[in-house]
Amino acid sequence: MTKQIRQLERVVIRFAGDSGDGMQLTGDRFTSETAQLGNDISTLPNFPAEIRAPAGTLPGVSSFQVHFADYDILTPGDAPNVLVAMNPAALKANLTDLPRGADIIVNTDEFTKRNLAKVGYASSPLDDDTLAGYAVHPVALTSMTIGALAELDVSKKDAERAKNMFALGLLSWMYSRPYESTLRFLERKFAKRPELVAANVAAFKAGWNFGETTEDFAVRYEVKPAKMPPGTYRNITGNAALSLGLVAAGVRSGLPVFLGAYPITPASDILHELSKHKRFGVTTMQAEDEIAAIGAALGASYGGALGVTTTSGPGVALKGETISLAVALELPLVIVDVQRAGPSTGMPTKTEQADLNMALFGRHGEAPVAVIAPKSPSDCFHAALEAARIALTYRTPVILLSDNYVANGSEPWLLPEVESLPDLRVEFATAPNGEDGTTFLPYLRDPQTLARPWAVPGTPGLEHRIGGLEKADKTGDISYDPANHDYMVRTRAARIETIPVPDIEVEDPDGDARVLVLGWGSTYGPIGAACRALRQRGLPVAQAHLRHLAPMPANLGAVLRSYERVVIPEMNLGQLAHVIRGRYLVDAIGYNQVRGLPFTAAELETMLEEVLKNV
Amino acid sequence: MSEPVALKLTAKDFKSDQEVRWCPGCGDYAILAAVQQFMPELNIPRENIVFVSGIGCSSRFPYYMNTYGMHSIHGRAPAIATGLSVSRPDLSVWVVTGDGDALSIGGNHLIHALRRNVNLKILLFNNRIYGLTKGQYSPTSEVGKITKSTPVGSADAPFNPLSLALGAEATFVGRTIDSDRKHLQSVLRAAAEHSGSAFVEIYQNCNIFNDGAFEQLKEPGTRDDYLIRLEHGQPITFGKDGQFCVVHPPGGFGLEVRETAATPAEEIVVHDATVADPAYAFALSRLPGFDLRNTPIGVFRSVRRPSYDSVVQGQLADARATVSETPEQQLAGLLGSGDTWTIVG
Repeated sequence: MTKQIRQLERVVIRFAGDSGDGMQLTGDRFTSETAQLGNDISTLPNFPAEIRAPAGTLPGVSSFQVHFADYDILTPGDAPNVLVAMNPAALKANLTDLPRGADIIVNTDEFTKRNLAKVGYASSPLDDDTLAGYAVHPVALTSMTIGALAELDVSKKDAERAKNMFALGLLSWMYSRPYESTLRFLERKFAKRPELVAANVAAFKAGWNFGETTEDFAVRYEVKPAKMPPGTYRNITGNAALSLGLVAAGVRSGLPVFLGAYPITPASDILHELSKHKRFGVTTMQAEDEIAAIGAALGASYGGALGVTTTSGPGVALKGETISLAVALELPLVIVDVQRAGPSTGMPTKTEQADLNMALFGRHGEAPVAVIAPKSPSDCFHAALEAARIALTYRTPVILLSDNYVANGSEPWLLPEVESLPDLRVEFATAPNGEDGTTFLPYLRDPQTLARPWAVPGTPGLEHRIGGLEKADKTGDISYDPANHDYMVRTRAARIETIPVPDIEVEDPDGDARVLVLGWGSTYGPIGAACRALRQRGLPVAQAHLRHLAPMPANLGAVLRSYERVVIPEMNLGQLAHVIRGRYLVDAIGYNQVRGLPFTAAELETMLEEVLKNV
Repeated sequence: MSEPVALKLTAKDFKSDQEVRWCPGCGDYAILAAVQQFMPELNIPRENIVFVSGIGCSSRFPYYMNTYGMHSIHGRAPAIATGLSVSRPDLSVWVVTGDGDALSIGGNHLIHALRRNVNLKILLFNNRIYGLTKGQYSPTSEVGKITKSTPVGSADAPFNPLSLALGAEATFVGRTIDSDRKHLQSVLRAAAEHSGSAFVEIYQNCNIFNDGAFEQLKEPGTRDDYLIRLEHGQPITFGKDGQFCVVHPPGGFGLEVRETAATPAEEIVVHDATVADPAYAFALSRLPGFDLRNTPIGVFRSVRRPSYDSVVQGQLADARATVSETPEQQLAGLLGSGDTWTIVG
């Protein structure tokens, strides 16, 4: 039967199942196939902290949302057009996000009495009117997969586990995705177990063929490639991009990178990734705790490496004392905080932006550091390079505030030319800098950068002692002199405050906006999408996004004051707004939610529309 | 490799220009002088030596050494020194710490540095008291210690630092005393020659807050009967006239002290620091009671195990052995790895 082919501009698909169903992998593969096709993409994984919550329960549901389009998009999409529900729990957990009319593909094999009872369905939603208004496609995914693999030499358990590939095959057919990369992937993944390659490939093909033959799927869709700048692309998550940025910082500085890290969600993937790149001279040390992780990184920086530590909020809290030491020692150090929902253990796999206060102010004494935040998954690469640049040039700790949303979300990344990346080479001190020609003054500063010399052990003639006690200007000797302490505190503040950072840019295409939306970090996508939607409706609104949170761009105050209203959406209770109000005396309005999920473009659009009405 | 050039350094070369500011009479002075006098023996250029310390009286030590030095934060010196040592295997890295710094706030870092066998020489000045904070009991203070923070006596049992280090898989464990320069330097020498973590406990007198804590080990009238001077390959006997000895009673787990006269010579334990099983050194570490009788000093244990530094550096070297591209070429390859696609303009 010949199927009708329909063109779409954009689609949002959510794969949802039990945490053991392989939904992250399925979503990842679909994304990769989609990237090959040249669509613009944005993804949002969402999974529980439990590795295997009890099977079939609501807390065990894991999902992966992918948004792809024939134009450039900014978010993983507010609401799915298609839900793949591998069991009743996946259906129940995701149904409220689904607009009426959406397609639902359900694995009917899992809709047993027992599984329905586990999630509190008295009767099957496939049989009552729960799903009225949706386009439901019941598919016996498990049994068809087992049937398709009957001839193969695999256990029933392994056959059943391949059902995610059946689902992927079906969706790949529905959206006309090229599948060669998935077949290659399966060959690599199961290289040591050829029978599983055969099983998964067979399941994938069975799903594809099912789509082609069954009458339930009458329409096949196409989404044309997006118009994107020419070049070579890959799809990348924030954590992967951040890791590559750190490797690149090592190459461009010519310094060995030393990562001290303690496993913590959602930052561990950076440790995993960097541990693979020893050929770049990258050392990774899984330390005994968060404090040792940053201590070792600082020790490595002292020895002339680019010291890095990666963690999440609870880890930054533990590292605070060592960050202050690094402030006093004036050594380069990059601290990556992949923020998650807090306080305390909070929701480790959910996103939030509530560590801004801690990054800016969370230390004892006057201990200023530079703070930057990437705005998207691929921006994590450039943010890591920028963090390294500031740390190395200004000999200061830099906190890089990523979050779970950009860390695990993905988007296409236009690969940069290596030569175009910033030159991060540094000069170590090699000779005495005192006027007498023999004395070394470890705290004699460069007048431009206010950075002190980086004299690494092993350099003859520059033997010196540094420490956490207050130091006399220039000599670095212990000093309790009141005027000296006042001077040193002010100088440490000034050397952060005077770091040149690019001016903030305002996106206001028609130049007639009276309301400015100011964001930072991962809210860039949803804010941008909301602003576009408003402009398309003829409602002017300006967008500006802060990448440098300390120091802030020099033009920020002037920009803020040139609008009648400034709105600051944040996934916290108003931390940036508080800083902006205090610093610039601007009566900014906060828009805040802390649900552990990114903003939807729609909610921001609604909120901004209200603001616009009242200006 | 050519013969190393003799650097002809002296103790004076290791004295920094900073005024030493411990209390008059502090045991730290003796240790500092002993270390400064010992350092030239290493024949290592001063610029390749780094002292890292934490917080406490002993942790002021780096300021007085004319080498590279870092006075860091409380308890963290082993962690900071680990990062330095692993990334700079060309350096000789020393950690100076105290009983509060190493065993209380920094206990975790100490045991992990030891189990990793990081190439650090760790000198723990044990005075059984908090000096810098003016006299609280420490994790090595005896039970019932009356201090400012424990007016009716401390309630908690102390650590035995050597037992702790041995339990943490330390490959080198020794003990010495601030006032015995010759012995102190002999243990430093053995520690410096050791590849991997060397843990040295130095009994140090705090004459302000815990004066005389180790007096029996120093007093000419008592010290010979109290101290067991361990000598590798020698039977363990001690006392003014060698009247005591150490035996391993059959059926028991530990070691015991006997009268030499009543003990057949073949039953006297011959000290062997290279015994693979840490149980032997552990048994030695359990000999003294809190009255300080039967206190062994010297090298308890010295065994070979690859250092963390050498394993990590070996992995880096292996990974780079096959690389023929420039770092920039490698980076371009890495960025473009995985599934890529090209959009033609």
